[in-house]
Amino acid sequence: MKPKILWLQGVTCNGNSHSFFNLPNFKTLYDQFEWLYHPILPSKLSLDELFDAKPEILVLEGGLKNGWQKGQEEVVALFLKLASRAKRVVAVGSCAVYGGVFREYEKSISGVLFQGEQKSRWYEALKAKTINIPGCPAHPEWIAFGLSAAQPHLDSYHRPKEIFAYTVHSGCSRNEYFEWKVDAEGFGTKEGCLYYKQGCQAPYTHGSCNKILWNEINSKTRAGTPCFGCTEPQFPKKELFKTKTYMGIPATMPLGVPKRAYLTLTGVAKSFRIERLTQRLIDES
Amino acid sequence: MAKEVKERRKHQIMEAALKLFSKEGFFEVTMADLAKELGMSVGNLYNYFTSKEALAKELILYISKILGEEIRRINLLSISAKEKIYKIVDFYFHTAKERPELIEYFLRIYLAHREVFKHGCEGMICVGPFVTEIMIFFEEGVRSGELRDQDFFSAFGLFMGYLGGMVFLMGERMLPNEIEYYIEDIAQNIYRALKSEA
Repeated sequence: MKPKILWLQGVTCNGNSHSFFNLPNFKTLYDQFEWLYHPILPSKLSLDELFDAKPEILVLEGGLKNGWQKGQEEVVALFLKLASRAKRVVAVGSCAVYGGVFREYEKSISGVLFQGEQKSRWYEALKAKTINIPGCPAHPEWIAFGLSAAQPHLDSYHRPKEIFAYTVHSGCSRNEYFEWKVDAEGFGTKEGCLYYKQGCQAPYTHGSCNKILWNEINSKTRAGTPCFGCTEPQFPKKELFKTKTYMGIPATMPLGVPKRAYLTLTGVAKSFRIERLTQRLIDES
Repeated sequence: MAKEVKERRKHQIMEAALKLFSKEGFFEVTMADLAKELGMSVGNLYNYFTSKEALAKELILYISKILGEEIRRINLLSISAKEKIYKIVDFYFHTAKERPELIEYFLRIYLAHREVFKHGCEGMICVGPFVTEIMIFFEEGVRSGELRDQDFFSAFGLFMGYLGGMVFLMGERMLPNEIEYYIEDIAQNIYRALKSEA
């Protein structure tokens, strides 16, 4: 018997569904479940037939907004009814986890367990069965992990530590530039660290973007774009391409690093000029 | 125990060296002069410091730690940036008066003879403990909204250049008044130059 799965959408852009479809072994994973409903995939039930469904795994994509209807159903009521029957709830994407970008428009929009950094009103009822897979969008492999993992180790935001115990900084191909405090001079180049000026949040964002690569080949930071911190409840911050500094010192330190320790190391690293790190990796002239 | 005795002796050597170098000049004082001042053999002195350059580098790190620790103490107080500026100026000028060798060494030897320090004291390495605390002072002042956000070195030069200049004038006996006379005005000048206009 395949586990019955139901993928419900709240207020969403469809981004996590489309990310999920990029899973390289999508068909194999798809075949492991009985799909009661997915708004895009072939499904047994239609939207108006969901109220009586009995999924074992309930996926929510998108934020929860009171009074918001889809078809004949009020989505929050439908979600709560299905969640009460499901063995496991998987919140996929930062909107389903925290409310996400839609909270910028309306602060009442919530994730399953969290509304921004605060616990939601459903936290106590659903905390025992909910796994959060944030991201904007979540990586297809993370989603697959969320659907398949029986008992992952969860952090305080109910994110599986197997994926989110790391920072996005882990495995970044620019780590040498971070160590020696060599700035990137712009976007889209292979050289330089994006943390000092270009807004990169990788040193304090939980995620495996540089361990489990996107499209199996790349990540934002590797490609020369800053990490936007999309797996965190504070996402989206303002001015994503600019590092907030106070007198030249980044306002947010790398995760768990005291400011004095960071500044001491920075002072030492900046005292040396590593010639190799000032040059283009591949001379294109 | 032997280690403690050695550390104590090392400390005595550094204190004596600071005074001699600051008074006579780095190149005028030999290791033999220093040994004589301390009443020890030159050979024994080399057991503590392998060269005069090695001693010079340890001295600047030693001074940087002393100054850094005091500024750290000020940084940890729950007071405004304005009050911290006053305390830093007060501490710096009193140190210059009561332990002139600390500031003199920094101004007249470390800054004036960079060639002595070019290997092992690159950039900020030997003044790190002091500069780190000044950075934290500025960062917290800007974060709280009390100080204006700007490039670190613009602010650092204004603050430390000003204090160093006054101590230099004091050392040259060009100030008509005692250095404490200037604390209030200088702290206020620095605050006015750095404060946020919002």
